[in-house]
Amino acid sequence: MPWYVEVLRAVAGTIIIFSGVAIVAAMFGVLLERKVSGWIQSRIGPTHVGPRGLLQTVADTIKLLQKEHIVPRNADALIFASAVVLVPLAALLDYVVLPFGTTRWGPLIFRDLNIGVLYFAATSSLIVVGILMAGWGSNNKYALLGGLRSAAQMVSYEIPIGLVLITIALLAGSLSTVTIVTMQAHLWFIVTQPISFLIFLAAATAEVNRAPFDLVEAESELVAGYFSEYTGMRFALFQLGEYAEMFAMAALAVTLFLGGWRGPVLPSVVWFLIKLYALVFVFMWVRWTFPRFRVDQLLNFSWKVLIPLALLNLVGTAYVVMVVQR
Amino acid sequence: MLLDWGYVAIFVIVGAGMVSLPFAIIALLSPRSSFPHKLDTYESGVEPVGQAWSQFNVRYYMFSLIFVVFDVEIIYLYPWAVVARSLGASAFYSILVFLAILVLGLAYAWRKGALEWS
Repeated sequence: MPWYVEVLRAVAGTIIIFSGVAIVAAMFGVLLERKVSGWIQSRIGPTHVGPRGLLQTVADTIKLLQKEHIVPRNADALIFASAVVLVPLAALLDYVVLPFGTTRWGPLIFRDLNIGVLYFAATSSLIVVGILMAGWGSNNKYALLGGLRSAAQMVSYEIPIGLVLITIALLAGSLSTVTIVTMQAHLWFIVTQPISFLIFLAAATAEVNRAPFDLVEAESELVAGYFSEYTGMRFALFQLGEYAEMFAMAALAVTLFLGGWRGPVLPSVVWFLIKLYALVFVFMWVRWTFPRFRVDQLLNFSWKVLIPLALLNLVGTAYVVMVVQR
Repeated sequence: MLLDWGYVAIFVIVGAGMVSLPFAIIALLSPRSSFPHKLDTYESGVEPVGQAWSQFNVRYYMFSLIFVVFDVEIIYLYPWAVVARSLGASAFYSILVFLAILVLGLAYAWRKGALEWS
């Protein structure tokens, strides 16, 4: 292919992924969160804007677009402004290696990198840099505490996630997400790796800072955590980053454990979305059911439960793959 | 290979543009008015006391240091995982030695109380 066709394809793919994530994850995800929380708490949630409240998030976005954005006098203006671009961008970078479905011409993916899983681990951990920058740049005590807590928490839970990714790569013999999905043609990895799946779900919930691991933005102690000082559309961009990351984690769980886009009868993209929303629903269910951890419990759970468990699981899997199965 | 990363580079550039797009709209639509107290740092409604850039709990450093050690060690496991199936039993026992060192590090940090939040 000539080079300009490649460039055009890449640009078009980027625009499709960004708009798709903004609609599926941010617009519809936020609405779903409010509906699910309403349902769990015996309320009805948003109902007024559009049919059954469907346009609520659109209306919120339009409102936020009209708001002034304020840079506090004491803030570090450059860090303050760049953090808000970095967080959603880092979250969206995850989607480069997520396969959404398959077509006659091959899998539907932005780019099937041969180190896909490692790339995902790298980009998803970039978010912590953005959050630290937001917390530090704001020069606000709540924001700083929120940023530091988030750094401690996200780095602690990155290790169990890394160990789980290695376990799956070991089973599939590849780091490419497309190959991992192909390897699950007969048996989903959730059947052979149930412990990995549970570790991944727990660590992913912590990694995206959601309850019961939401100390980062504990409303009752830290106002809004690291984005306390952000107004209007900047606040919305942090929300976009957060929801994009949650959907990316759910999508990776679908890819690694639930057979990705595979399923009978229905088109592959539909299957992918069904599995994705099922997992996102689990995230929301957990959030509105469990109370928040204390910071010591949170870090103990990662270092003293999840990491030893993940290591044991890795050794067991390696033993089966390298010694028993040969 | 190079083509792959070219795609990623375009994703970053176009993506940064798209994330910055709302700022153009804000610049056109949003009102601007300013008075001294508006630009104050938020501190539950009182005048902010001092700066936020001061000392904070050393525990945060401890956890990030342990993290760096573990993360660097884990990076070495990725290439191993890809080729593990073809290596066979002897490679399994050699990687056990590496993992044992990793576990030893965790046990040491645990014993020394680096994993306690207090």
